[in-house]
Amino acid sequence: MIEINQLSKKYKGAEEFSVKDLDLKVEDGEIYGLLGPNGAGKTTLISMLTSLLKPTSGSFTINGLNFKEHKNQLKQLIGIVPQEYALYPTLTAFENLQYFGSMYGIKGETLKKSINEHLEIMGLSKFADKKTATFSGGMKRRVNLIAGILHQPKVLFLDEPTVGVDVQSKNVIIDRLKILNKQGTTIVYTSHHLNEAEFFCTHVAIIDNGEIIVKGIPSELIKNQPGANNLEDVFLAQTGKALRDYA
Amino acid sequence: MLLLIRDLGGIAILFIMPILLLIVITLVQDSTFKTISDIKIPVLLVDNDKGEVSKSIIENLSESNSFEILQKTSEDEAKEAVFSGEYQLAIIIPENLSASLQKKVDQNVEGILSKFGLEEDSLAVAKEVIPPKEVRLYFDPATQMSFKSSVKNGIDKMISKIETQSIYKAFQTELGEEDAEPIFETENFIAFKEILQTKNNEEIIPNSAQHNVPAWTLFAIFFIIVPLSINLVKEKNQGTFVRLRTQPVNYATVLGGKTIVYLGVCLIQFTLMLLVGIYLFPAMGLPGIDVSGKLLMLYIVALFSGLAAIGLGLLLGTIAKTQEQAAPFGSTLVVILAALGGVWVPVFVMPKLMQLISKISPMNWGLEAFYDVFLRNVGFAKILPEISLLLLFFLVTIIISIIYNRRKNAV
Repeated sequence: MIEINQLSKKYKGAEEFSVKDLDLKVEDGEIYGLLGPNGAGKTTLISMLTSLLKPTSGSFTINGLNFKEHKNQLKQLIGIVPQEYALYPTLTAFENLQYFGSMYGIKGETLKKSINEHLEIMGLSKFADKKTATFSGGMKRRVNLIAGILHQPKVLFLDEPTVGVDVQSKNVIIDRLKILNKQGTTIVYTSHHLNEAEFFCTHVAIIDNGEIIVKGIPSELIKNQPGANNLEDVFLAQTGKALRDYA
Repeated sequence: MLLLIRDLGGIAILFIMPILLLIVITLVQDSTFKTISDIKIPVLLVDNDKGEVSKSIIENLSESNSFEILQKTSEDEAKEAVFSGEYQLAIIIPENLSASLQKKVDQNVEGILSKFGLEEDSLAVAKEVIPPKEVRLYFDPATQMSFKSSVKNGIDKMISKIETQSIYKAFQTELGEEDAEPIFETENFIAFKEILQTKNNEEIIPNSAQHNVPAWTLFAIFFIIVPLSINLVKEKNQGTFVRLRTQPVNYATVLGGKTIVYLGVCLIQFTLMLLVGIYLFPAMGLPGIDVSGKLLMLYIVALFSGLAAIGLGLLLGTIAKTQEQAAPFGSTLVVILAALGGVWVPVFVMPKLMQLISKISPMNWGLEAFYDVFLRNVGFAKILPEISLLLLFFLVTIIISIIYNRRKNAV
């Protein structure tokens, strides 16, 4: 379970908070979607939850542990699939996974077997020995996902895991995530694909300007929003139609 | 390790370029270490004297084996050729130099002898005023100061010798012993003798390879800063570092892994440079290096120098945000450290302030340790302070890197 209490982040030199006094509870086994326009604070929130960013104030725990006191235990517990590919382009898919897997203490045959199984499931077996520099965006996304789940994390954070991939790759990724969730992994993910989130997530929170505007089960949010037929209607009703360009 | 192996071009550059550098520098500097040079510098000479003195100057210059004398008739012509960079040096011998010198010497000798009452009627004759003569030197404006100084010193010494000999000759003549056995020995009474270190009763003569291999090997070892810092920056930019930060591995472990791999690269580099010094140089007609009995000590120095260089590379890679920051800064830093360390100009000829600064340059510690082993043939205890400083430097840079990373990414 993830418990977030009054979590805030204000970047150095910024006038506004990127995440402001945010409270959220994610129960075990949920697939929680963090939705919001560009610059809403989704990536900042995930970065704080995965120890990449220091919160300005507030606290959070994952399975009752916080990062200040149980850093290594928590790192073993969570997995992250960052928005960037986060792979070594001159290494093969297998070598990348071997390297990142070994960082979790998985070694030898166990690691090899696990990598091969994941590559098989993701349809990448025949590309295992190819350098990732030659991979398409969809293939890189799949390797990126495997690198985050090799150690079977209890909580998996994904930052836009299906951005820029073809429909086939997206389906493989979503299917794999559903299986992981069934096996007991709690998933927290951000996405701009509202249709995907509507059917994939058990719960969603719409964030804007660093604050949660609305949260709940997707079908209930749609039902409670007058005139809404889908999650996108809810999203636009809550966040408005104004462009959110930022630099 | 795999990342390095995959970049074969990078590996080749890492190993081949230092070797190329070493070979070129040794070839260029080889003649400065030879007692008899094969290279003669062409020098223009205008002889307006055409007497004994100018003849003597020309003979001395020719005998020095350093110069090829090309006679010109006009000073202006010689001056123009030198100032345009066509020649490095022109020597202009003034008119009546021999006659004036002879007159001056005779005058002085007569004066001395008359004091002793050996010369008659000397006081009755009015003393003729003989203006001093100057041998003019023209240097190409691009000529280095060190070359100018050594030429000036050489010519000064030669003229002093000619003057002294003229004085001796004048005394001999005045004493009426011209045809008799010479009274004076004109050869130098005080001579210099360089006493060289010996090993097994054989003199150890330093050569260009023994100076260049340690200096440029160290330079190459420190150049590891550039690929290493770029490697770290790349990891930050391609996102792999973000992933590593979310994994249960601390930054010290990441740096430790990189230290081991790059230390291996440094030692391979060092081995290749030694092999070049031992086998390739003699095959190219260059002096080889003698590593017998000092191989272990040399590897110890290389290991600690490598650690210092790696520490600096890791620190730079930790702080730099882009490759554009890391690469130019890293390479310029190596050049500065080399200059401070005495790779190009010996520390003892530097200004006092620079000598002090040089003492805190890790490249200076490494170079001194290499010279201690290579040229001074010292024992392990003598290099202990230098390698301790190199190790300390490595530890300090690593600690700063870890603290910087922790503060920047603190959770």
